[in-house]
Amino acid sequence: MANEAPAWTRDPVLTVEHLTMRFGGLVAVNDLSFVAGRGDITALIGPNGAGKTTVFNCITGFYKPTEGRLTARHDDGASFLLERLPDHSISRVAKVARTFQNIRLFGGMTLIENLMVAQHRPLMQASVFGIGGILGLPSYRAAERAAIERGRYWLDRVGLTERADDPAADLPYGAQRRLEIARAMCTGPQLLCLDEPAAGLNPRESAELNEFLLFIRAEHGTSLVLIEHDMNVVMEISDHVVVLDYGVRIADGTPEAVRNDPKVIAAYLGVEDEEVEAVEAEVEQVEKELEA
Amino acid sequence: MAKSPNSFAASLTDAGIAALIAVALFGPLVGLKTEVTTGGLFLSQRWGDVAVMVAVVFVGRLALNLLVFKTDRPVTRSLAAALPSLTGLGRFGALLGPALLGLSVVLPFLMMYGAPDQSRYVIDLSILVLTYVMLGWGLNIVVGLAGLLDLGYVAFYAVGAYTYALLATTFGWSFWVCLPLAGLLAACWGMVLGFPVLRLRGDYLAIVTLAFGEIVRIVLLNWYDFTGGPNGINNIPRPSFFGIEFSRGEDGFAAIFGLEYSAMHRIVFLYYVILALALVTAFVTTRVRRLPVGRAWEALREDEIACRSLGINTTNTKLTAFAMGAMFGGFAGSFFATRQGFISPESFTFIESAVILAIVVLGGLGSQIGVVVAAIVMIGGFEVFRDLEEFRMLVFGLAMVLIMVWRPRGLVSTRVPSIALKERKAIGGELVGEGHG
Repeated sequence: MANEAPAWTRDPVLTVEHLTMRFGGLVAVNDLSFVAGRGDITALIGPNGAGKTTVFNCITGFYKPTEGRLTARHDDGASFLLERLPDHSISRVAKVARTFQNIRLFGGMTLIENLMVAQHRPLMQASVFGIGGILGLPSYRAAERAAIERGRYWLDRVGLTERADDPAADLPYGAQRRLEIARAMCTGPQLLCLDEPAAGLNPRESAELNEFLLFIRAEHGTSLVLIEHDMNVVMEISDHVVVLDYGVRIADGTPEAVRNDPKVIAAYLGVEDEEVEAVEAEVEQVEKELEA
Repeated sequence: MAKSPNSFAASLTDAGIAALIAVALFGPLVGLKTEVTTGGLFLSQRWGDVAVMVAVVFVGRLALNLLVFKTDRPVTRSLAAALPSLTGLGRFGALLGPALLGLSVVLPFLMMYGAPDQSRYVIDLSILVLTYVMLGWGLNIVVGLAGLLDLGYVAFYAVGAYTYALLATTFGWSFWVCLPLAGLLAACWGMVLGFPVLRLRGDYLAIVTLAFGEIVRIVLLNWYDFTGGPNGINNIPRPSFFGIEFSRGEDGFAAIFGLEYSAMHRIVFLYYVILALALVTAFVTTRVRRLPVGRAWEALREDEIACRSLGINTTNTKLTAFAMGAMFGGFAGSFFATRQGFISPESFTFIESAVILAIVVLGGLGSQIGVVVAAIVMIGGFEVFRDLEEFRMLVFGLAMVLIMVWRPRGLVSTRVPSIALKERKAIGGELVGEGHG
């Protein structure tokens, strides 16, 4: 244990405190606390069913947590309690965007339409609840042009400009993943939550994705939290790794520290019962020492 | 081309089973008939009729088996291939739309000078078709764009009709004052319906909207003091041409414009009123589709969860769809009241909702031109088949089934994108979501 406070606690973009989520008798997430630093790529990893997506659903307002507090802080110092915001405000007000594990694009709409829908709020304000839009006021036209430009920019970034007028459902899988990230970025988020962005990608696409995520952080200053199974992605790009197993945090640290953590290895690879007991005993002892 | 050597035998067996079922069904239903004669009730037997029916079932089933079900080359497939594919209707529709619009504008004059004896009938029928086109376009916002199945659309039609009828007969307000009020009130009722159904999807949404339609009708039927109950409201004022009545008198329309008085003037005027109302509906809908609200409706139909993650308030979005659809229903209702001069709850039964929904589904969800074609086919077809008397519904039902087999997603199933960077390409119907209610 390092004595010095880790870097990510200095300027957190997201603070999760004592998050618990129960579904009836099932405790999906149990008293989870972690912070994600501003400008960091924070990876949330863990075996299947560890509760990672549940944490995401709590952060982005799809679930109301049973207990706990979730705070998002903007770079201007404003902070928002996510568990109190209705889901649509989380993107708009708290500026937290997300993607989904099973891609959720608007399949029957074109790529550019997908990106326009993501800019609903600014366009809605410019159209004065549709009235200005029906009349075709110049202020609305200007806002629409700006939205199209932004859409064009992101299409260019994900290399899909050529297919701008094709329906999203026609895209190959990897391109759909990229488009979903581009769509989330169109909302102008401070924090972007990616649920398994590299799932189903081949090694080349996966490498491109890493590059794209690093670009987002460097160019737009967006902090990232991602759920990932692909350890190569995690180790390569993340600054900070939080490991979950059975809804409990079992490790939290830099990628190197986590990689060598025996509990993480045990959770991922599975070990003999005696070994688990040995490790648990060891951990208990350490905890007692810490308390003492 | 048989799938297997004994497919004929299998077809025969299958047809035999169907014939047996037919015997069991038609035997008691058709074979035996009670007749009241003097001196009591007699049981007459009609086994000849039963034999004919069973034979029809047997032969029909055998033919279906041999030609469609149990063959490698079903006739229906080659039939579908032979019929012109309407995917081109998008392109063809680009011409069809203006052509229909032009025809609709000149139709009254065409009829009055071309075939004066038929003109009254044709224009009356056109007014009816246009009313349904407008209702179809209104419902299309809710069902086609937002993907919310609404089986109670006739309620808003009724609200619009009663708003105008009550305001006009009680306060003597003119049609042009009442029209926006009727739309506004119907929109409010759209929101009233919207609130309880926000969390409902699919079948449940359909049931609640159906119930809503019935509630409105039953309230109209039973609130005798206010609505006149089953007697309805009569002597509803007719619309005036900027304050000029279509009457025979000195200050009537004909006298002022130096024309010979004709009852057709009013009908032609009504025709243009509904044409204008329908065109306003179409204009606003196409315009709104390109606005953030319209895109949010379509996004809602495609994926509600993704919408929420992008900061779209799905509650407001659904309510605006309901309100907007209801508003046009209210306009159409006002028009209906002023055209008929008499309304009663009987005009607003569930079957009306079903017909409007059928127009939207048959035309293709979300398609403007599809709704027009479907309304002409459905309402016009209903009239054309009038000579068939009791077989009308049968022929009509069969025609609808055939259309749905041929084009399961409606006549125009492609979706035109609301925006294009380079080239606007129609999107195949199979990719477009149908909404979950």
